[in-house]
Amino acid sequence: MAKKKKWKDLLVDPLNENNPITVQILGICSALAITVKLMPAIVMGISVMVVVAFSNFIVSLIRNYIPNRIRIIVQLLIVATLVILVDQLLKAFAYDVSKQLSVFVGLIITNCIVMGRLEAFALANKPIDSFLDGIGNGAGYSFVLIIVAFFRELLGSGTLLDKKIIPQSFYDAGYVNNAMMLLPAMALITLGIYIWVQRSLYPQLTEKE
Amino acid sequence: MELWNIFIRSIFIENMIFAFFLGMCSYLAVSKKVKTAVGLGAAVVFVLAITVPVNFLIDKYLLQPGALKWLDPSFADVDLSFLSFIMFIAVIAAMVQLVEMFVERFAPALYASLGIFLPLIAVNCAILGGSLFMQQKEFTHVSEAIVYGLGSGIGWLMAIVFLAAIREKISYSNVPKPLRGLGITFIITGLMAIAFMAFMGIKI
Repeated sequence: MAKKKKWKDLLVDPLNENNPITVQILGICSALAITVKLMPAIVMGISVMVVVAFSNFIVSLIRNYIPNRIRIIVQLLIVATLVILVDQLLKAFAYDVSKQLSVFVGLIITNCIVMGRLEAFALANKPIDSFLDGIGNGAGYSFVLIIVAFFRELLGSGTLLDKKIIPQSFYDAGYVNNAMMLLPAMALITLGIYIWVQRSLYPQLTEKE
Repeated sequence: MELWNIFIRSIFIENMIFAFFLGMCSYLAVSKKVKTAVGLGAAVVFVLAITVPVNFLIDKYLLQPGALKWLDPSFADVDLSFLSFIMFIAVIAAMVQLVEMFVERFAPALYASLGIFLPLIAVNCAILGGSLFMQQKEFTHVSEAIVYGLGSGIGWLMAIVFLAAIREKISYSNVPKPLRGLGITFIITGLMAIAFMAFMGIKI
C-alpha cells in the first residue's frame, strides 16, 4: 500500500506542487517558443515526456556502472539518441508539426528538465520509480505548455487546434484578434501571470527572500 | 557587408533570449548579481564563438547530404544529417572540456572568475541552439559561422547583464508577494523582449 502511494506521488506531485517549469525552474528554454499554437505545444509536451521517461529509465538501469567523472557525457549521449528517435518519428508521422517545431525538437537534448531529473532523481533511484518520475515531470511540463498555448492561440488567433472558436458575429461587431499574443514576448508574460496565479493559490510556493 | 549584417542581426534582432528563449534556465538562475552574470555571459560568448564554426565544418564536410564527396565520389548520395544532434552535442561537450583545460592552464585568473559556469555551459540550450540555427541558415563560408556564433554570444551576454542590473534594483521595490522571484523576472524579460522588437526589420 505504501508503495502504491509513493508511485502516485511520483506521478501527481510534478503537476502542481513540484511543477518542473514553475517551481523547479527547469526547461523553460524550449517551453516558450512553441506555444503560439496548441498543436505544437501538445506534440512537444508528449515528446519531452517520452524522452524524460525513457532516459530516466535507462540511466537508472546503468547508474551503478557510470563513472562519476564522465557521467554528463554519457547522459547527453543517451538523451541525444532518444531525441534522434523522436525526431525521426515526428518527421515520419507528423511532418507539418515537426516543421513548426524546427530546432526545438533538437533542443530537448539540452532541455534542463531532462538533465535535471537525471541528476536529481534517476542517479539515485530504481528504474521503475525513475520512469514514473519522468512521466510525471513530462506531464507537468506539458500541462504548463498547454495552458500557455491555450491562451495564446485563443486570444492571438481566435482559434483552438486551428478550429475557429470566436464566432464570426464577434468580428462583425468589431472584435479584433490580439496580435500581441503571437509575439515571443507575450509567452514570457503569460507564464509570469500563470506563476502569479499559482502562487497566490498555493502560498507555500512563494519564494523566501 | 554581409558579415556585418549577420553580426548585427544575431545580436539585436535574432537575440537568443528575446526572440528564441534559448538558455533561459541559466539566464534566470544566474542573473541575481551583475558580476556573476558577466562571468557566465563571457563564457557563453567564448564557447559559442568556438563551437558554431567547428560544428559548421563538421556539418559541411561530414553530415550534409553528399558532404562526403571529398572522400570518394561514390559517397555522393550518403546522407548522415540525422546524426547531427548527437554529433553537435558531442562536439560541444568535448569543446567545453578542452576550453576549460586551456583556460585553466593559460589564464588562471579568467578560470577562477568563470568557475563553475564553464562545465555547466555544455547543457546550456543557447549553445546547441546556436549550432542548430547555424545549420538551418545554410551559411556558405566558415567566416559567416564565426561571426554568427560571436554575435549570438554577445547578444546573450548583453541580455543577461541587463536583466541582472534590473534585478539588483528591483530588490528594493515592493513586489506583490506571489510574484516575487520567478514571476516578476518573467514579466521583466517579456517587457525587455518587447523593447527589443524595436530593432526588428533593421537591415545594414
